[in-house]
Amino acid sequence: MSVRSVPKASWTRRFRKHVLGHWQLLALLAVPLAWYIIFCYVPMFGVQVAFKDYKARLGIWDSPWSNPLFRHFSRYFSSYYAWSTIWNTLAINLGCLAIGFPAPIILALVLNEINSIRFRKVLQNITYVPYFLSIVVVVSMLKLFCDQRYGVINILLQALGMKAIPLMESERYFRPLYVISNVWQNMGWNAIIYIAALAGVDAALYEAATVDGASRWQKIVHVSVPCILPTIVTMFILRIGQLMTIGFEKALLMQNDLNIGTSEIISTLVYKNGIQKGDYSYATAVGLMNSVVNLILIVTANTVCRRTLDQSLW
Amino acid sequence: MNQLHVRQGGHIRESAGDRAFQAVIIVMSVLLMIVVAYPLYFTVIASFSKPEDVLLGRVLFWPRNISFESYQMVIAEQSIWMGYGNTLIYTVLGTLINLALTTMIAYPLSCKETPFRGPITFIASFTMLFSGGLIPTYLLVRSLGMYNTIWAMLLPTGITTYNMLVMKNFFQSSIPAELKEAAHLDGCNDFQTLFRVVLPLSGSIIAVMVLFYAVAHWNEYFNALIYLKDRARMPLQVILREILLQNQELAAGDGTGLYEKMMAAETMKYAIIIVASVPVICLYPLVQKHFVKGVMVGAIKG
Repeated sequence: MSVRSVPKASWTRRFRKHVLGHWQLLALLAVPLAWYIIFCYVPMFGVQVAFKDYKARLGIWDSPWSNPLFRHFSRYFSSYYAWSTIWNTLAINLGCLAIGFPAPIILALVLNEINSIRFRKVLQNITYVPYFLSIVVVVSMLKLFCDQRYGVINILLQALGMKAIPLMESERYFRPLYVISNVWQNMGWNAIIYIAALAGVDAALYEAATVDGASRWQKIVHVSVPCILPTIVTMFILRIGQLMTIGFEKALLMQNDLNIGTSEIISTLVYKNGIQKGDYSYATAVGLMNSVVNLILIVTANTVCRRTLDQSLW
Repeated sequence: MNQLHVRQGGHIRESAGDRAFQAVIIVMSVLLMIVVAYPLYFTVIASFSKPEDVLLGRVLFWPRNISFESYQMVIAEQSIWMGYGNTLIYTVLGTLINLALTTMIAYPLSCKETPFRGPITFIASFTMLFSGGLIPTYLLVRSLGMYNTIWAMLLPTGITTYNMLVMKNFFQSSIPAELKEAAHLDGCNDFQTLFRVVLPLSGSIIAVMVLFYAVAHWNEYFNALIYLKDRARMPLQVILREILLQNQELAAGDGTGLYEKMMAAETMKYAIIIVASVPVICLYPLVQKHFVKGVMVGAIKG
């Protein structure tokens, strides 16, 4: 449709029919759109604070540009904790990816193979429960269970003749505890999408495989997994895009002076420097760096998946 | 699937390999069940047992000396009820705002005839890829004068883009376009079509949205931590954090000695966890039957 070849009168008529004719739909859109602009896009322009020396009385727009422009970024990268916070962020997320990503897929496949419908329902619903607990509650449970003197884990360890370990107060156990509790909390919920995908697999495919003499294991490998592969790829791209984001609230709650070496991640640093110390420009710079890396990661993951697997989000 | 397995047992003899496989599946699922359920189960039995027995490790698989001591202490704790009240307000109002805003954008974006549908969908979806981040959002909330007001708990979380897309996909795939055309032919305008035709057919997606948003509001603590100042406005999760993680001193019952007091304060935490979590856990069964219809459709197509 080329607008240029159409006479002007008809253009206004079309505008009237297509835009004004549906003014009610536009009216509905107006408030949410305003919300998106105020609460999502204004902060996006607010990231210019990262390149300025923020003064509260001048506000974001009138604060002077910092000199040099990337001053706050170089402050971060020249600090002694820069690479350790980047590594800590990556390590937690890679751990969650390595264990947390396959776990729901395996759970869905196991559930799919359980013959008793009743048992399957019970198991499925129990695995949902932890998802509804708040992060505060999950971290509290961790803390209670891991208590060196009274925690159930250490009581069991001692019963087995081992020494009690201060699990929450050590740099060594922070990551395993973080990853395991994450898997525990989210495995069931994240499995829903795979369960749904498995339910949609054409039963004729399984029948054909049975006729061809496939064992149940072979049916999983050659029917179930290929059928849910598109879902797996989609979830994988989304997950890669969050490789440096998730985990902030939990890391903050699990953090204490004794595990700070592994629990200090980029976002906890942003929180401490920005909200607690009021060094807004610096905290924004660190956060912006994190967001840009995320954006690059998800775009890359999407491109790679589109080229190699012919599967992508956009 | 299940019928197939029955047939397998009947006509084609199950091989030894398949039987071993079945055994592996059973072992795995029972293990999974134990690993997931035990922490939950332990929390429940610990909350109902005598504090001394819990702390000395005598409660592992079964409650001992069932007592409601911990719960009595929770009930006596003023700050928990204050937090409960605040959280209820934030959850109810917040969810209503979420529902209104999400429907108002999801429905037009699901209609082919909406002008500028493409660009607006892009504007909304892009926020899933990139955001201003914590500090610019915080400065915005402060400059809007919402700091330390209820609005800071309700408005910044107004729309979750993922939920919005799930709802939009539901409208697209579960409401037949013919139905909307018929409504238009019968003289309905766009508002009437939405309120009289589409929404009455969208009970399941609304139930799912209520679940998603209400759980998020109930469990919210970080926004309260940064946007609120007065303790009287704090939601339950912030109070929980004070009691459970920062070991704030509690008026732990009228226990005789310091030791009893300390023990009671420890096990009271299990009871607090239960009291704080039961409402959201109860929400799921109510919504469950809509769940498959509502979310699967939206999530898979999306």
